[in-house]
Amino acid sequence: MSTDTPSTDGSPTLAELQAEVQSLREEVAAATADDGDDQQSMVIIATKGTLDMAYPPLILGSTAAAFGWDVTIFHTFWGLDILHEEKSRNLKLSALGNPSMPMPNAIATLPGMDGMATKMMQKKIAENEVATIQELIDTNLDMGVDLQACEMTMDLMDYDESDMIDGVTTGVGAATALADMADADVQLMI
Amino acid sequence: MTDEIEATDTLDVQGLNCPMPVVKTKQAIDDVAPGGVLEVVATDSGSMSDIEGWADATSGVELLDQREEADIYRHFVRKTE
Repeated sequence: MSTDTPSTDGSPTLAELQAEVQSLREEVAAATADDGDDQQSMVIIATKGTLDMAYPPLILGSTAAAFGWDVTIFHTFWGLDILHEEKSRNLKLSALGNPSMPMPNAIATLPGMDGMATKMMQKKIAENEVATIQELIDTNLDMGVDLQACEMTMDLMDYDESDMIDGVTTGVGAATALADMADADVQLMI
Repeated sequence: MTDEIEATDTLDVQGLNCPMPVVKTKQAIDDVAPGGVLEVVATDSGSMSDIEGWADATSGVELLDQREEADIYRHFVRKTE
């Protein structure tokens, strides 16, 4: 029987069924293959500049890069301090409102307590041989992670491009971040 | 020690913690010839799960074995392509 013989009883012909199967196959392929490539990607929005909050974006970023993913970390507001040449070396830990601190809030408000909490954390980091923020930034850049600094908040905080660590992408804004996030497989705000 | 597995390359990440064992493994495997086997020597107990997860999610590598003895974790990763 020819495949294009019109059916007489209204049921689909073999050719119609084959065309239908073909179009379904293409839809499934398109749906399961993203836009045709299986390159995974992740965008992290880093908004915090304390010592503890600087770690997760850099750890996840470098690890995802090790997975072969395209990674962008978009730094905004206090997150910019992670990329600030000077400030990134002196990120602080807040003693106040931190339930993991072995001191009550009434004491944590006293002068010098943030410095003490920061020293404690730095000591722990060194003792446990955890990578420093500087090492992690270098690693991220080496692995091809795009470390971006939000232009608007750089202006807001009076940071100049020359204040930022070499290799950081500047001149980007919310639209850049959104466009990247729309294409990414994983989006995180930290 | 390594009985049946012959490593062609070795990476020492003793003393390093998350995420460095995985990151350095990825950097080292890039320099291994196809078919070669990288032995990663770590002290981070989390590397057992992390390197397994990394190898699972990464194409072109195959985790041959993981061994733990006396707080040393050894991972054998073959570069398949």
